[in-house]
Amino acid sequence: MENSTKQQIIEDLLPQKFGKQGKIWVVGLSLLCILGAVAYVRQLSKGLIVTSMRDYASWGIYISNFVFFVAISLVGSLITAVLRLTNVKWSTPLTRIAEIIAVSAITFASLIIIVDMGRPDRFYNLFIHGRLQSPIVWDVIVITTYFFISILLLYFPLLPDLQIMIGLKSKTSNFLHKLYVFLGSYWKNTPQQIHISEKAISIMAITIIPVAFAIHTVTSWLFATTYRPGWDSTNFGAYFISGAFLVGAGSVLIAMYVFRTHYNLQKYITNDHFDRMGKVVVMLALLYLYFNVNEFLVPAFKMKKPEEEHLRGLFTGEYAGIFWFAITTAMIIPIVILLFKKGRKPLPAFIAGILVVIGSWFKRYLIVTPTLLHPFLPMRDVPESYKHYFPSWEEWSIAIGSLAGALLVITIFARIFPIIPIQETITENEQHEKA
Amino acid sequence: MKTNENSRREFITSGLLASLAIAGCAVKSNPFEPDATAAVGVQPTGEKVKLLSVNGEVIEVDKAFLKPVPDLPTITNAAARVGIAGKKFVMVIDLSRCKSLKKCQSACNHAHQLNPGQNWIKVYPMQDAEHTAPYWEPTTCMHCDEPPCVKVCPVDATFKRQDGIVLIDSDRCIGCRFCMAACPYSSRVFNWEENTTVSKETAAQPYSCETSIPQKKGTVSKCDFCPDMVRKGELPHCVSACPNGVFMFGDILEDTVTNGTETFRFSELMRDKAGYRLMEDLGTKPSVYYLPPVNRNFPYENKEETTK
Repeated sequence: MENSTKQQIIEDLLPQKFGKQGKIWVVGLSLLCILGAVAYVRQLSKGLIVTSMRDYASWGIYISNFVFFVAISLVGSLITAVLRLTNVKWSTPLTRIAEIIAVSAITFASLIIIVDMGRPDRFYNLFIHGRLQSPIVWDVIVITTYFFISILLLYFPLLPDLQIMIGLKSKTSNFLHKLYVFLGSYWKNTPQQIHISEKAISIMAITIIPVAFAIHTVTSWLFATTYRPGWDSTNFGAYFISGAFLVGAGSVLIAMYVFRTHYNLQKYITNDHFDRMGKVVVMLALLYLYFNVNEFLVPAFKMKKPEEEHLRGLFTGEYAGIFWFAITTAMIIPIVILLFKKGRKPLPAFIAGILVVIGSWFKRYLIVTPTLLHPFLPMRDVPESYKHYFPSWEEWSIAIGSLAGALLVITIFARIFPIIPIQETITENEQHEKA
Repeated sequence: MKTNENSRREFITSGLLASLAIAGCAVKSNPFEPDATAAVGVQPTGEKVKLLSVNGEVIEVDKAFLKPVPDLPTITNAAARVGIAGKKFVMVIDLSRCKSLKKCQSACNHAHQLNPGQNWIKVYPMQDAEHTAPYWEPTTCMHCDEPPCVKVCPVDATFKRQDGIVLIDSDRCIGCRFCMAACPYSSRVFNWEENTTVSKETAAQPYSCETSIPQKKGTVSKCDFCPDMVRKGELPHCVSACPNGVFMFGDILEDTVTNGTETFRFSELMRDKAGYRLMEDLGTKPSVYYLPPVNRNFPYENKEETTK
């Protein structure tokens, strides 16, 4: 009996070949990536002139996208570390989803920041001339650290599953079998190995929390260490981290729904998971809303002269449309949906997740652009086009291409590896049956 | 008196040229080394010039043997990072004299071969409050003593020298534009595309932090206080280009600033005319001081709209 459940679990959770929809999805994403690459080649040859960034709006959607990716990547630490350390058992099937989102997002965060550089050919200068007092160098250090810890947190729990996959040679293609053997043939599931692995995972689950806080705090400091109205805020670290947890949790809701419906994982990603994850998102959205109130209403109460122009632009001026759209879609509507038990069913929760992610992307745009277009001294002695910012097609292509690339990495990962940990599910199932 | 001084200057200059030419013989790589083949054909004119030799003796040399020197040699990048010893440069901008002729701007753009549309000097129409008087405010780089741009630069491409000047090494800049975000004075300019103004020969030259030429695509640039001119004992281009004497440049350690025609005690100027710096509350400690727009030489005229 026990053995047959085990077989059933393995059968259910094995990575599956792409169906027709899957193929269209992969081709579509690849095309977007290629378009992004073409745009980047143009940018490399002509310079950043192909973007719409100019001396005042000197950062644009590349940086918004960077902040967005760093934010999303924090979910890895939330699900795998925070929930794990607090002994939350229900999140087990979600750990690998969260961790691959984290790895993929942090990879594309690093790529997009290189895209933003005027001289990517001099990237090595960061290593030969790097100066520790610059927040950019801190960012390079913590992002690299976070990347490697996330990779390991993805890899170690994968080892027992790789052993299962290697054992199922008949069901996998030759190439994939070789890959599994390359990655995990040394894993024999001996008690000693399990002990080492568990210990390593616990250590990393603890260390990733301060590193995760560091990556997003340092990213917020790229803005908060300057004098500009809208960035000069002591609230920024906490504001960024709460927003990051929110968008990450929202993206997990989306991924849960997509994997559940496409891989028929209703047994493993249950309604209960959506219910609990929905509650987490409500809590995070309320938290982020709280920091937004701090970030905008406190300076608005005083209306200091440099802040005034910036805040009026957001509340009632040229950015009011995007501002209120972002606040309502990223926070208010998802809170309203997910507060109700019916709203935490898979489909409404999925929609709430999408709203969170879209709203959050625009929120990142609002963090970067309006501030730059409200400098201390009025914009002056520049061509008229410098005084506005709307991304060029190259910028859109690269930004969308990077988002597509991140999704592609997640998709391909789910094609190669079991997206829900098989071994952990089996173990939990056994424990459950014993109890 | 005037002629006397002129001849004295000529004397020193020609002495300098000759000593350079003589010193040049010893080192092969010297750019001032006289062309050996050309020297053979030189016919003495018989006209002698008195020169001051390196050991302080007055010597006589035939005029035909003097070779004009195009320019002083450019200094090394390492020396450009250190700055001129014993100096601390300041600029004073007298707002009561500015009528927004923008001669400073065009001279600066020309001298630094900036791309069309780029301006290191900006002239702002300012009005601090509804009922206060409007005025023109030219800005350069403030060359802050606590430069926010230098703090954030990840690769030490922008740096503060001991003589107070903040410069950019275009060969090192990675183009992250963090300095532009950090600068509250909006004084930094980015090379979004290849510089089209600069001639091919100049573009082929190595970049010099002191001339800021040639500008490189994908890097940041800004007002450099013209340290190349200062090294030659001349004034920055904006200072000499302004017909109204708005800009004064000098050394705070000598307590002197000049706009070329008038020279002032810096401390007296600050005291008597209530000098101030921009955005003092930010703690950036600029090296550029402003004199308030009182008792103005010109009425304020602006066809465009004023900004607060």
